[in-house]
Amino acid sequence: MKLVTGVIQPHRLDDVKSALEAAGIRGMTVSEASGYGRQKGHTEVYRGAEYTVDLVPKVRIEVLVGDADAPSVVDVVVNAAQTGKIGDGKVWTVPVDDVARVRTGEHGDAAL
Amino acid sequence: MELDTGATAWMLTSASLVLLMTPGLALFYGGMVRGKSVLNMMMMSFGAIAVTGVIYVLWGWSMSYGADVGGILGNPFDQFALQGAIYDEAGEFLIDDFGVPAIVGVGFQATFAIITVALISGAIADRVKFGTWMVFVALWVTFAYFPMAHMVWGGGLLSGDGPFVIGDAAPIDFAGGTVVHINAGAAALVLALVVGKRKGFGTEPMRPHNLTLVMLGAALLWFGWFGFNGGSAFTADGFAGLAWVNTTAATAAAVLGWLVVEKLRDGSATSLGAASGIVAGLVAITPAAGSVSPLGSLAIGVIAGGLSAWAVGLKFKLGFDDSLDVVGIHLVAGLWGTVSIGLLATETGLLYGGGINQLAVQAIIAVVAIAFAAIVTYILAIILKAVMGWRVSEEVEVNGIDLAVHGESAYEGLQSGSVIKEVRA
Repeated sequence: MKLVTGVIQPHRLDDVKSALEAAGIRGMTVSEASGYGRQKGHTEVYRGAEYTVDLVPKVRIEVLVGDADAPSVVDVVVNAAQTGKIGDGKVWTVPVDDVARVRTGEHGDAAL
Repeated sequence: MELDTGATAWMLTSASLVLLMTPGLALFYGGMVRGKSVLNMMMMSFGAIAVTGVIYVLWGWSMSYGADVGGILGNPFDQFALQGAIYDEAGEFLIDDFGVPAIVGVGFQATFAIITVALISGAIADRVKFGTWMVFVALWVTFAYFPMAHMVWGGGLLSGDGPFVIGDAAPIDFAGGTVVHINAGAAALVLALVVGKRKGFGTEPMRPHNLTLVMLGAALLWFGWFGFNGGSAFTADGFAGLAWVNTTAATAAAVLGWLVVEKLRDGSATSLGAASGIVAGLVAITPAAGSVSPLGSLAIGVIAGGLSAWAVGLKFKLGFDDSLDVVGIHLVAGLWGTVSIGLLATETGLLYGGGINQLAVQAIIAVVAIAFAAIVTYILAIILKAVMGWRVSEEVEVNGIDLAVHGESAYEGLQSGSVIKEVRA
């Protein structure tokens, strides 16, 4: 099993979600995140005082998948999230030892 | 004088409108501070309502409008607890020259004292002990506000009965350019200096945490100001109508003035700039609303907006932490409004052929008001610094004053806990 995590532009979330649904992925976890990469932050001005805001809002999505599905899920997320501009984010995969479904107590692939 | 029910209805309405300004101010200021101290900021306004509301009926009215003592203040014991301020010898309600019961005037004037001291709180946001603030409110209204109200409106030194009358030019302060805005603005400057800067001032970002609250607050202030200026005609007539239109004209122009300066200097016309321009315009027209034309009001407003938009940057250059720009807006626009009368008053202004006298009188009362407010505030501030202390600990300031001082937090984050006891006995 793998955990696919993506940090993406917030405005791409709906497209990523639709693309994952179309690819047969039935669930994911979404959280608001903030951070910076090559995009850097932006400046805001309040009554003439200029502030740099280093952390840019992002959305983090997490999807648990079987080993075989991981590469295609990464591609689905990348294709759906891409705008081609700096700040599009990253997607990565890490191995997962075990997964348990809370409702039934099932473990492993059955819990996905 | 016979009771005028129309005038009385308007004055009761005006008093209610002006009281609404202070909760409006709480929103205006509350949105501008960081989320960890919004409740403390708002409580400084609500605390001002509570303390001043009590004091006003005890000795506030008497010190403002009671028997004159040396042109400086009214005798606090003359009408203590409003003795003799409500009924005549026959037990009938006292009626003023406009046909309004005197007790209605007491209510109207109380609301001015409340908003004035609350205005000062913006200069010392996020960092002072609530107890010290509450004591300061009591002392400041007693030693700074009531005497100033007496001097300007109660027949004292800065009124038409005082020494500062040159030729046909008597001091003009329609609704509180000196009493409210210069008074609060000068006090704010002194207090910001005595209390000191917030930790991280000028180095850490302190962006307003909720600009929608700021805009709601500004809107309530504008609405309440119709009572402030319109009610200062003391009756429901064309004079009140003129004040209403002048108030709106100046305020609208001030928004444009502020936004143009911002757009040229910073690149964006901001919502905070619009809200701030509203207040700058309202402040500037306050002393002038009864003596200038709507065209003059537009000039007062647009200059007030531009001037304050520029002045809010001074604190960074000069290095004092007037956190929410009470000086940049209330002192600067209050000064401009007070002096502008000398130029634009339709009967005595320089630009209307009235000569230099009114301008000189206005400049003198402005300077006297600044000096009086600054000296009284400084004395009170250093006494409180020695006796009670102003600052919360650095740890409290960094972690947020709401939780440490009020035992509350404004916004719910991710948290878990359980009810310990439903009601503490």
